[in-house]
Amino acid sequence: MSDQPASGAGDQRNGRNLPPLRLHVPEPQFRPGDTADFSSFEIPAAGEAPRPDEAAHPGTMQGLVYGLIRVLDDEGAAVGPWDPHLPAETLLKMLRAMALTRAFDERMFRAQRQGKTSFYMKSTGEEAVSIAAATALASDDMCFPSYRQQGILIARGWPIIDMMNQIYSNKGDRLKGRQLPIMYSARDASFFSISGNLTTQYPQAVGWAMASAARGDTRIAATWCGEGSTAEGDFHSACTFASVYRAPVILNIVNNQWAISSFSGFAGAEATTFAARALGYGIAGLRVDGNDALAVYAATRWAADRARANAGPTLIEHFTYRAEGHSTSDDPSAYRSADEGSHWPLGDPIARLKQHCIRLGIWDEERQAAMDKELAEQVRDAAREAEKNGILGHGLHHHPMETMFEDVFEDMPWHLREQQQQMLDEAKAAGL
Amino acid sequence: MSSSLSDSGSGGLQQMTMIQAINSALDVMMERDPDVVVMGEDVGYFGGVFRATAGLQKKYGKNRVFDTPITEIGIIGVAIGMGAYGLRPVPEIQFADYIYPALDQLVSEAARLRYRSAGEYIAPLTVRSPFGGGIFGGQTHSQSPEGIFTHVSGVKTVIPSTPYDAKGLLIAAIEDNDPVIFFEPKRIYNGPFDGHYDRPAKGWAGHPGAMVPEGHYRVPLGQARTVRQGEALTILCYGTMEHVVESTVADMGVDAEIIDLRTLIPLDIEAIERSVKKTGRCLIVHEATRTSGFGAELSALVQERCFYHLEAPIERVTGFDTPYPHSLEWAYFPGPVRIRKAIDKIMKD
Repeated sequence: MSDQPASGAGDQRNGRNLPPLRLHVPEPQFRPGDTADFSSFEIPAAGEAPRPDEAAHPGTMQGLVYGLIRVLDDEGAAVGPWDPHLPAETLLKMLRAMALTRAFDERMFRAQRQGKTSFYMKSTGEEAVSIAAATALASDDMCFPSYRQQGILIARGWPIIDMMNQIYSNKGDRLKGRQLPIMYSARDASFFSISGNLTTQYPQAVGWAMASAARGDTRIAATWCGEGSTAEGDFHSACTFASVYRAPVILNIVNNQWAISSFSGFAGAEATTFAARALGYGIAGLRVDGNDALAVYAATRWAADRARANAGPTLIEHFTYRAEGHSTSDDPSAYRSADEGSHWPLGDPIARLKQHCIRLGIWDEERQAAMDKELAEQVRDAAREAEKNGILGHGLHHHPMETMFEDVFEDMPWHLREQQQQMLDEAKAAGL
Repeated sequence: MSSSLSDSGSGGLQQMTMIQAINSALDVMMERDPDVVVMGEDVGYFGGVFRATAGLQKKYGKNRVFDTPITEIGIIGVAIGMGAYGLRPVPEIQFADYIYPALDQLVSEAARLRYRSAGEYIAPLTVRSPFGGGIFGGQTHSQSPEGIFTHVSGVKTVIPSTPYDAKGLLIAAIEDNDPVIFFEPKRIYNGPFDGHYDRPAKGWAGHPGAMVPEGHYRVPLGQARTVRQGEALTILCYGTMEHVVESTVADMGVDAEIIDLRTLIPLDIEAIERSVKKTGRCLIVHEATRTSGFGAELSALVQERCFYHLEAPIERVTGFDTPYPHSLEWAYFPGPVRIRKAIDKIMKD
């Protein structure tokens, strides 16, 4: 189909000499069959972005929403004012959590392909976004994640077997098989129940932060959404509330370039950056290399310190790339160039942090290989354990049918009780 | 009134309008429970466009009573987050007609949070919102969207019809650990309404339901109130229509049993069943549009449970399936003329 309208009827109808109007429908640079070429892509140098004081007025730091905070340079050196100067222990802990997340994703993706569950979503290429952020936050800061921040739970040391039980909806699933796989809830890890409805968690995180501030608490909130869902009304309502009440909250946008098959242009990326959304709300905005764990850590720490000092919210765009499909139900080869991921100019977050650790002399390839092997075994063993609680299958054998009616309300009203009894009677009559 | 008391109110009885009763309920709950917070458009310094929150900010401070930006998604989303923190938010949606932007937060979040997290997180919200017509509010200040919420699993829907019930039900709603939609029939905020638009407006003075305990008491959710005992037919209604029905029945001299449902979810099915089995005839009256309205559910329930006791077809008197009109409000409103005709029809069969 042509990009031009069928006829330029506009000026004839008006009897005036005006050009016909044109509708702009965004189109990504590369489609299947194209060779991805990011050579024209301007990447600000590591260490270049200035680091303002945590209490800076948003109006004095507007340049940061158009630049890119980067700490790790091409050689793996940490440079510039955003270098968080992390001890070796923290660096290796992050590296390990990122590698564990990737191993977990690999295993669970395969489990879905083997028919052990209905659905899975990997976070490949985006591990730094959740793990470096979780590492920079206090362990009791409240997280309102979207569906691709499994790294938060892993960084907080949450048992992966518990996550697997949820993915299998099995007997060990604390959520009683009610939620789609990966829609975790872990109150003890200060991790909010994940919703499949996009960006609903944004105003909720702001509300939690407002409550914490109203109570004189010291804990802050952080939330994550994708660049695509910044178009949701919830996003803008949340930014307004966060700005108005100077809520102690960190609003993270994970710009992984793709919302299922819609590239970031359909959320406004052709016009400006996502970090620039902060400007209109008078919120501090940072744009960060999301594949640079040190930059993500530093920006999150800056925002957390700012929030804790009652200096208000921060919106952070994490510029990254969704290296895999949206989910197990998605085939990205149908809409984007196959080699985009391998040509992504900001590299792989695990490889970059590994390179940095090796450069510091605290790590080497042998230890990395041994760790990868160990983590793969850890994940395999956990999966075997989880599978003892069952895999999804037809789903009917894990949780008693009648539990379907529990937790709709605190106390079960008569109409649910009746429906519950009807279901049990029907099942009994059918010999089930 | 005493039959609806679950615990006796402390303090003396005082005559109140429904607005005063709602204000008193909020005051009592804010006094008793430091987790209760009130939020919404214009509810703070000004005290609300209907004055329901007057004086609360001054008494309890801005951390507990505050104005919000004009975004219903935000108001409900933020309230859910505050609930997750451990507070007990009472957000106001200024008119029920404005609640639609917040539907995703109410339906997919508040109503589902307990279920999806297996009780790890709850949303103990009470969403107050003036609803219903009879005030020349046009289509954006007159709607009755309760049927949208009764269709949603996981949310309770409450509608008072007197100051006494408004206070007791609101206290019960705030104390409830589930999300409650609390629709306030704004036509009767300042006095009962008999449905005759051309008669002088009445105040609450002298109405038995306007005598309200000053302190704390509950009207339990899920219990209907028998407004009038009768043998001829059962009339199921709620909100403003309770008064229109009561007045019409008195004018007709028909021995109707009038049941004010008060809570739509959970519904007091026993009261309905008991009454219809006794009278054998049933009229359902609500302001909301007819098709897929809550009256359809009531009709189905009565048919399922009382079919062999029915002596006439169940009738519904409702708003028409049009947007709420402005100048033709009194042609739209399910008033005495239509109720009288429906009663005549039921009694003739």
